[in-house]
Amino acid sequence: MKNTLMNNVATLFATAALAVSSVMLPSIASATDAVIDNAPQVSTLRGVAPLNAEVTPPIIEKVENNDLKRQRDYPQQPPTIPHDISKYQLDKNFNKCMDCHSRKLADEAQAPAVSVTHYMNRDGEFLGEVSPRRYFCTQCHVHQLEGEPLVENTFTDVDELIKQSIARDKK
Amino acid sequence: MNKIIHLLKLVWTILSKPAVHLSLGFLTISGFIAGVIFWGGFNTAMELTNTEEFCTSCHEMRDNPFMELQTTIHYSNRSGVRAICSDCHVPHNWTDKIARKMQASKEVWGKIFGTIDTREKFEGHRLQLAQNEWTRLKANDSLECRNCHQFDSMDFTRQSKRAAKQHSSALANGEKTCIDCHKGIAHKLPNMEGVREGTSPH
Repeated sequence: MKNTLMNNVATLFATAALAVSSVMLPSIASATDAVIDNAPQVSTLRGVAPLNAEVTPPIIEKVENNDLKRQRDYPQQPPTIPHDISKYQLDKNFNKCMDCHSRKLADEAQAPAVSVTHYMNRDGEFLGEVSPRRYFCTQCHVHQLEGEPLVENTFTDVDELIKQSIARDKK
Repeated sequence: MNKIIHLLKLVWTILSKPAVHLSLGFLTISGFIAGVIFWGGFNTAMELTNTEEFCTSCHEMRDNPFMELQTTIHYSNRSGVRAICSDCHVPHNWTDKIARKMQASKEVWGKIFGTIDTREKFEGHRLQLAQNEWTRLKANDSLECRNCHQFDSMDFTRQSKRAAKQHSSALANGEKTCIDCHKGIAHKLPNMEGVREGTSPH
């Protein structure tokens, strides 16, 4: 009996707290909006919409599918994928990428065969087939969208840095 | 033995005698009507076994190939045209269809004895099941693909560079058929070790 009474009291308090907070909420929400407005414009794909608002998602950009190699921004960069890879099967049974990019099949498709580093294990030994740690291609290689960048890119190429340092030395 | 011969003789005497009470017209017309009903009924029943509801009424098909189909372009795409099981797995031509339906008695056997009634068993048979279909499509020059995908209506200029190159050369000169390259487009591929080198882990 006592327990029930305590429960009832607790419920009453909870309800009261809820009522108060719902009155307070609008002001809290507007305060949050202000904070978000000051933040960089690409905080999330949702943009600056408040949490309780439904946003129309942006149209999915077309995948770059021109089969033209892109320049690498730095020597170690994994080359980007210049074609559509949607619906490619890449699981423990089958690797669709290797259907064209494996050593044995690259000539048939005239695709670049994966480099020998993909056959190396962590001890630098060469294996007969792609090393398990390099099996999932999309861990490093990504396709590109034909969209505009969301933020300005301030990346400086290493060649540019070398030039700058030589110029500095000359001074 | 004698009894059987006696019975056969009796049936033959009945069949070889002309009808005494029924007119020739009645026999002809009723025979015709019965034939129409039988033929219609037979084909309707067979069409029923070609529906998606029928195929997915067994959990083996519903939970494995049908689930996988749903993520592919043959189920969901921009124009909403889609293929059901029988579009690809049953020939449309009547005689070929009957031949395939007779082969399917093996599948009834498999259903009764639970050949693929768990996910593990299905995975174990995946390569064999896939190879059956690849062999069939290879032998009939990908007939079921071509029921919808007409080579003459392919506009190479609307295809990607690589697709146009392959279609205008290897496919056009008959060196290859659809299934040679388009494997695993409606269902997941099995481990291809020994089938296509370098594409599957050992």
